[in-house]
Amino acid sequence: MTAARRFARDRWALTGFVFLALLVVVAVAAPLVVGRVLHASPYRLGMMDKVKEGGRLVDVVSDGGIPIGPSASYPLGADLIGRDVLSRLIYGARVSLLVSTMGTLLAVLLGLLVGLLAGFYRGTVDTILSRFVDAMMAIPILLLAIALASVLPQGNVWTVVLILGLVNWTYLARIVRGEVLSLREKEFVEAARALGANDSVILARHLVPNLVGPLLVFGTLSMAGNILLESALSFLGVGIQAPTPSWGNMIQEGMAFYSVAWWVVLFPGIAILLTVVSLNLVGDGLRDALVPGSQERIGL
Amino acid sequence: MTSYVARRLAWCVVVLVMVCAITFVIFFAVPGNPAQLIAGKYATPETIALVEKRLGLDQPLPIQFGRFLVHAAYGDWGFSYVSQQPVLATILTAFPKTLSLTFGAVVIWLLLGIPAGILSALKPGSIWDRSTMVFTLVGISAPAYWIGLVFLRVFADRMGWFPLGDYTEMGQGLLAWAHHLVLPWITLALLYAGWYARMTRAQMLDIARLDYVRTAYAKGLDKRVVVGRHIFRNALLPLVTMLGMDVAYLFGGAVLTESVFGIPGIGGLAWRAIRMRDLPMVMGTVLFAALFIVVANLIVDLLYFALDPRIQRETS
Repeated sequence: MTAARRFARDRWALTGFVFLALLVVVAVAAPLVVGRVLHASPYRLGMMDKVKEGGRLVDVVSDGGIPIGPSASYPLGADLIGRDVLSRLIYGARVSLLVSTMGTLLAVLLGLLVGLLAGFYRGTVDTILSRFVDAMMAIPILLLAIALASVLPQGNVWTVVLILGLVNWTYLARIVRGEVLSLREKEFVEAARALGANDSVILARHLVPNLVGPLLVFGTLSMAGNILLESALSFLGVGIQAPTPSWGNMIQEGMAFYSVAWWVVLFPGIAILLTVVSLNLVGDGLRDALVPGSQERIGL
Repeated sequence: MTSYVARRLAWCVVVLVMVCAITFVIFFAVPGNPAQLIAGKYATPETIALVEKRLGLDQPLPIQFGRFLVHAAYGDWGFSYVSQQPVLATILTAFPKTLSLTFGAVVIWLLLGIPAGILSALKPGSIWDRSTMVFTLVGISAPAYWIGLVFLRVFADRMGWFPLGDYTEMGQGLLAWAHHLVLPWITLALLYAGWYARMTRAQMLDIARLDYVRTAYAKGLDKRVVVGRHIFRNALLPLVTMLGMDVAYLFGGAVLTESVFGIPGIGGLAWRAIRMRDLPMVMGTVLFAALFIVVANLIVDLLYFALDPRIQRETS
């Protein structure tokens, strides 16, 4: 049975995959979705506008100065300055998905490079790189990210991508190194060497293709972590900056008024939760599909 | 034994120096002038020059790093840019609060995670197992700060069972202390309870497949004895390693939990420091956390060495 079919038989993984696919479609088509279906763009401040609520025009902020809760015109409510939470969630998905995908790609590239070098050349190269990885891993990821965020230029989406990449590659490097250490002893590598292949050919043609599976599995799981990390950074105020909506900074903005306007905090959190659950399910499903014999195991 | 300990200690020192190097590179060697950052946005060139001189930033980088190491080793971690208080003393004052948070969270997650994992492993595929795995998946996927906010809204604001954030010292009464910490404990514990349930389950299932377990059953031993003595004890070992590391790594999770619940621990300190752009304080918390993790790692390794006769044989 091929890996794809094994994956497709895993109902949980498939559910996660379908959710993510839908999310990507909605995020990419955000201007269409928000423009046609929903009340307002995430950037437009609607405080002065009136909206139809139960057949009559009302202010976006109710008489008590409280934002409007979930209703016909605002499916998931409006935030503190009258912006539609659902449309901000959809635009936030663009930012959160883009940033964590790019951050994960950067981490995978760095991890692949360092892991390959350490595992293939062993000896001094390995010792230096591995000790460096150990030292990086001795700093909690969130603190390392905060430290980087406090010195790098703020308010830039690419800064957040850089931070995610720089703090997450270490454990990928460890995994790649482990794989390479066992792969380099395999007969096909020996055969390639006997045929006169040099190091770069062996690395590129024989080792990297065999690493695609593990990288796919751990890249997916690490992207789940990156969604959480990006949201945490934005929540702490050092990630994506307002007015660009990100799920994390939406929660942070709503935090001060969560006792009256709970929807501003609740829905972005659910969006994060569902996305991360889906990524974890897909990651687990990929592992089961690509690493035969691991079916009964769940979790890392 | 002594050579093992000596090697581990040497390794510890190497990692510590490298951690210092990473911290140093982040805060002092990145493009952009740290003196400018420390002196603030509106500093005059004279002020910046003064800060540069005082911090030794006009020296070459290797010399700066040497000075940085010496200062770090002597406990001179600089002064907070905001409060003007010494960084290390501020961190040490905040430390017990983070320990209070960590302690309760560890107890809760072990009590939740390990039994749940064992019960799951006993009947893989059962309703209990499936629902536990769904629950743990939610636990490891939810943003901790959001869970904290939801708890605050439901159990503190709506129900009124717990105080809305804030922190009470243990000295002011054990009950008041615990009452203030229950929600932060559970918030922090949920994430790890999920991991531990999954780890326990996976470990137990792995070990249950081994030959000696089959032998134990073949000898006619009772299932309870096999599970308790043969499987669970061995499954516990990797959990010990995980626990040592996680307790140390909690500093990361503590930033979010402490900022949501207003606990003035190290995490809360780090959070305020970032908002204020208080670089010496951010650097201090990073160094302190790394130090703590390296030491915890060492203790775990030595414990492991004492607990597992196999390692002793390998190294002797």
